[in-house]
Amino acid sequence: MAKKKTTKKKTSKKIPVKTVSSKTSRIVDKKRDAITTKKIDALATSIVKSSLGQKEPSFEIPTRSVSNMKYNKKKRILEMGSNTQTRSLFNLGQSRKFMQSLLLAKGCKELIQAEKTLSLRGMYYMGLHSIPGTKEKTFNEQSESDGILEDLEVALDGLREELHIFAKKRGTMVGNITVVDNGDEINCRKMGSGGYAIPSICEPNVMQFKNCDADFILHVEKDTVWSRFNEDRFWETHNCILTEGSGQPPRGVRRMLHRMHKELKLPVYCLLDCDPWGHYIYSVIKQGSINLAFESERMAIPDAKFMGIRSKDYERLDLSDEVKIELNDRDITRAKQIAAYPWFEGKREWQREIKTMLNNGFKMEVESLITKDISYVTEEYVPQRLKEGDFLD
Amino acid sequence: MPKTKIPKKNKTRSNASAETMAAGQRDISVSEFFAKNRHLLGFDNPRKAMLTAIKEAVDNALDACEEGGILPHIYVRVLQINESRFKLTIRDNGPGIIRSQIENIFGKLLYGSKFHRLKMSRGQQGIGISAAGMYGLMTTGKPLIIISKTKKKKPAHEVILKMDTSKNRPTVISDLEHPEDDGLFEDGHGTQVTIELEGKYQKGRQSIDEYLEQTAIANPHAHITYVTPTNETLEYPRVIDELPEEPKEIKPHPKGIELGTLIQMIERTDQRQLGGFLTKDFCRIGATKAREICKVAGMTGQTWLKSVGHTEAERLYDSIQKTRIIAPNTDCLVPIGSKALLAGLLKEVKAEFFAASTRPPNVYRGNPFQIEVAIGYGGGLGRDDSAKVLRFANRVPLLYSQSSCSSFKAVAETSWKNYGLTQPKNSIPSGPLVVMVHMVSVWVPFTSESKEAIADYDEIRKEMKLALQECGRKLGTYLRRRKRMARESERRSVFERYIGEISRCCHSLVGADKEKLYKALMKQAKRRTDEADAQLDDEGNILDGGGRLGNDEDVIIVDRMQDIPEQEETLFGKTAKKKKRKTTKKKTSRKRGAK
Repeated sequence: MAKKKTTKKKTSKKIPVKTVSSKTSRIVDKKRDAITTKKIDALATSIVKSSLGQKEPSFEIPTRSVSNMKYNKKKRILEMGSNTQTRSLFNLGQSRKFMQSLLLAKGCKELIQAEKTLSLRGMYYMGLHSIPGTKEKTFNEQSESDGILEDLEVALDGLREELHIFAKKRGTMVGNITVVDNGDEINCRKMGSGGYAIPSICEPNVMQFKNCDADFILHVEKDTVWSRFNEDRFWETHNCILTEGSGQPPRGVRRMLHRMHKELKLPVYCLLDCDPWGHYIYSVIKQGSINLAFESERMAIPDAKFMGIRSKDYERLDLSDEVKIELNDRDITRAKQIAAYPWFEGKREWQREIKTMLNNGFKMEVESLITKDISYVTEEYVPQRLKEGDFLD
Repeated sequence: MPKTKIPKKNKTRSNASAETMAAGQRDISVSEFFAKNRHLLGFDNPRKAMLTAIKEAVDNALDACEEGGILPHIYVRVLQINESRFKLTIRDNGPGIIRSQIENIFGKLLYGSKFHRLKMSRGQQGIGISAAGMYGLMTTGKPLIIISKTKKKKPAHEVILKMDTSKNRPTVISDLEHPEDDGLFEDGHGTQVTIELEGKYQKGRQSIDEYLEQTAIANPHAHITYVTPTNETLEYPRVIDELPEEPKEIKPHPKGIELGTLIQMIERTDQRQLGGFLTKDFCRIGATKAREICKVAGMTGQTWLKSVGHTEAERLYDSIQKTRIIAPNTDCLVPIGSKALLAGLLKEVKAEFFAASTRPPNVYRGNPFQIEVAIGYGGGLGRDDSAKVLRFANRVPLLYSQSSCSSFKAVAETSWKNYGLTQPKNSIPSGPLVVMVHMVSVWVPFTSESKEAIADYDEIRKEMKLALQECGRKLGTYLRRRKRMARESERRSVFERYIGEISRCCHSLVGADKEKLYKALMKQAKRRTDEADAQLDDEGNILDGGGRLGNDEDVIIVDRMQDIPEQEETLFGKTAKKKKRKTTKKKTSRKRGAK
């Protein structure tokens, strides 16, 4: 990779050297693909074998649920336990899913062989047809195939990227860094008002970092807040990288944050809403999510810090009554659930934070700071927190 | 007590003396009483009156045939003369009636063989047919015409009768031998009654048609021919070629009588001493029991009956109540029997599932009785209506006063939800269900003389509920099984759908032989759903071809998923194994084992 490293912008001219077809082949990792193909074949072979032997065709899928989740205190991340569930053809509840799994496995293999990648939606269409002789469709909606693909990932112990699938991209980035994305050099300092869209696959073979001058990463919950920061050139004045994950950050954003944190040693600060949803986003960034616990090691950032909004901000900043959004019953149950998570359980500050929010009886969005001043958040709130080192861990 | 003055009214009163009053007091003949209170006998309106007349005649005809040991063939004709006038003809092939008895039987109320004895029969009081004749006479002025033939060689005898209501005595208008009517009686004997009366013919509920249909259900050994007012001939064929056993007559059970009856029996008995009276005129009293009763009453077996007055009778009655006496004999009851019940129901009800249950005999107020229940479910029965309850007493259909009848209450009180049916609160279940409740007894406790509803005795209702529950459980098993079979076939079809996809995938993934894989998986799918078919059912019994019910002699399962042509009766008795799929189910029935 180092060979490709050039500081000049004109390096992009180097690219035409390679043909368009070879451009796609650049993301191809032959060795890794061979392993994935082998895994898919092994799955099919075992099914064929048990079918011909008049045994029930089935395969094991590690369980993706809270019950099979373990919090690794040492690593401070969520890990998947060893429980698996059997998916078998001759079980009425699983029969259709069994068929769909095979169908998508077949699709993945075709993708790998064609050296192409598809989106989740693309995969849905790839497996979509009606079963001969019936009006039944193999998939009724994309959510069905999405779930099966996640099953397949864990069953094959291969990541989505290895299966040549990517999610719809979401999330934006701007800041003091230059990255190489699929061979194209991108200077994140010059991304205008729109920012650089973080791709859904941020693996080292696709994405390389280059020229980073930033001191930290500020991750905000959503696009609207991010725009405020970008317009105020916050990343420039504070020398940082500004990211946004449109709510719950997708894998691409999390992987990106993780890699920048690990490889560039940048601390990560999160500016999220003061509500259970915001708290959970932080939890996912920090420890990993329940659904993707098998990827926590590659995504979780145990050192990420929670900057705000804090429940005490209402009084501390003397905010007006109008910013209060009443907690509904769901919020309250969710907040209590989060407080009971093992990774929050032993943290007194977090317990206090959630308790204060519950006592307040309302939540607050980051945008509520706009009531003070349009740029209050970028000029006062965040700089103040950074200066004081006032974070929740 | 303080006296209060009542102001005298200045009104002229008749101030009748005992003598003038006596002039107006006279005997009321029973027939006169009923002429005025005809609703008590079921002649309240023209429509009901006509039905009651037919009912009484048919009941008598069936009773007569059975007593004579003859398989009944009943002919009923309803001829419309004008708007509101009908001529009813009911003919049987019974033993006939000897000439001297004709006017008593048909012309006198409360005359008959059935009132004083305790024997299971359709008629009870001896009111029915003469009341019908009386009603006809009152509404049209036309007499009763009876033709009877007792022997092959004797010519038929025609008697035309009028009834003198004030004297409860028949008047014979004409009395002739009619050899030309011999042709009416193919068997060489029988009776025909013709009544002309004011009536109204209407089809539907509580109609003559319904009555005859239900009679055919409860009497599968009878052949009924019915000529409707529109001159259509309907045949209700015989499905059982065997007469029911003749019921035995029993003596009254001491616990079943009241004080007045006891006094009457003492007056009428042929016995002269108390001991003999007790042992001979009652059932279930032996010498020891008689002595015990006498002793408690402060008398002995040698006490002369002449000396037993009212106070002694009362003591005797109390003593009987205090003494433990075993329940009456129950061999006097002849139920229809599950097999015949099912045959009857199968013939007239287009259901797919039939179950019957006959309870062991029980006793109410000293009268033995027995309850039978049969149900029909599904098939061509109405799915949205509430269940239909067919009520019978001693093989006679009861069409009126449904809601006050004990059997109807029993159906409503049974919890059908447990058997997979829907049931509104405090009501009979809804769905394609026919429930038949039959009570046989030496004395059926009707709520009124018109014999419309069975009185609500706890013992009776309890037995009814037990029988209903027994049938309900079988229905529940059947419905659960049907559901399970549907689920299994659904399961199989799901597997079959996906197997093709899977073999294609495996083929393209690892080049497996598509056809071979497909066949192997199909084989496995079949085996797995077969396995599920043979799984243990909810009660832990192994389900074979027809399931647990397949071996139940009191259950018939018929394939009536499609409409079936009118030939069911020939299908009863055939045995065929039920197949797994519900659409290919065959009729099955089993011979009833020794009961």
